[in-house]
Amino acid sequence: MNAELKPSLKLMIVDDSNIIRRRIERSQQIDRLEVVGAASNGREAVELFRRTQPDVVTMDLTMPEMDGVECVQQLVAMNSKVLILVVSALADKATAVDAIEKGANGFLCKPFTDRQLNDALEELLSEA
Amino acid sequence: MLKEAEIRTFIDGATNYFEISAQQSATVGSPYLVTDGNPGAYEYTGVIGISGARKGIVYFTAPRGMLTVLLMRMQETDTSDENIKDLVGEVANTISGNARRDFGKNFVISVPVVIAHQVDKVTAPHSRSYVIPINWRTHSAKLVVCLE
Repeated sequence: MNAELKPSLKLMIVDDSNIIRRRIERSQQIDRLEVVGAASNGREAVELFRRTQPDVVTMDLTMPEMDGVECVQQLVAMNSKVLILVVSALADKATAVDAIEKGANGFLCKPFTDRQLNDALEELLSEA
Repeated sequence: MLKEAEIRTFIDGATNYFEISAQQSATVGSPYLVTDGNPGAYEYTGVIGISGARKGIVYFTAPRGMLTVLLMRMQETDTSDENIKDLVGEVANTISGNARRDFGKNFVISVPVVIAHQVDKVTAPHSRSYVIPINWRTHSAKLVVCLE
C-alpha cells in the first residue's frame, strides 16, 4: 500500500516534562502521525485517551500521580490495539521487559536523537 | 560509599546526556569527595531521591547560562524560567534513570524536585558526597551523588 494512501494515525504524547513533550511533537517527522494531545501524568493521559482515542502513544514511565506502567495497562484495557512506545530514562532491561509485558510495543531510552525517535516510531508503525 | 565503577556510571551518564541531547561533548573533571555535607550548587538544581537498594540523592546543578544554551541546542525556543527548571530536572532524571543500566531496577528514582534561585536550600542527606564537575562550552555544572 502506498504510504500516501494510508489513513492518518492519531498520536498522544505523555511525559511530565514540557520540553520533552514539545521535543517529541517537533521532532517526529512521520507524515501520517497527527498529534492530538499531550498529558503530563498517567491520570491526565487516561482522560485524554478517552476523549481523543489515539492510535499511537509515546509514554514516559517516571511521572507523578500515575506512573507510566500503570497507565500502559489502563490504556491497553481500553483499546488493545493501541500502539505504545515507552520513552524513558530507566535503562535497565527489567523495566523494558516489564513495560512490554504490560502491553507496550516498543522502548526508546532517553536521551534520544531525532533520528532514534523517528526510527522507533517507524518500527512501531510497521506493526500497525 | 561509592565504588569507582559506580562513579564511572554517573560520569558516563553525564557525558552521554550532552553528547546525545546537545550533540556536543562535555568534559568531566576529576570527581572529588566532599565530607562536610555541603557539596554546593548553582542557580538551578534538579534533585532525584533514591530509594530501594540504595538510599540518598543524586542532583544535577547548573547556572542559567548553560541551561539556556542547552535548551537552544535542543531546538527549544522557549527559554522561560519554567522550561529552564523543567530541563534541570530532566537532566537529573535522565542521568539517574540511565544509572539503572548498571545498578538494576532496585535503584528506585523519584520524580525530580527542582530548586531554583535558592542555593542555600540545596543540601545533602549525608556528610559524604561525590562531586563530578562537568564542563560544557564555557559553562561549568556539577553532578552530585550522595548515597549511603
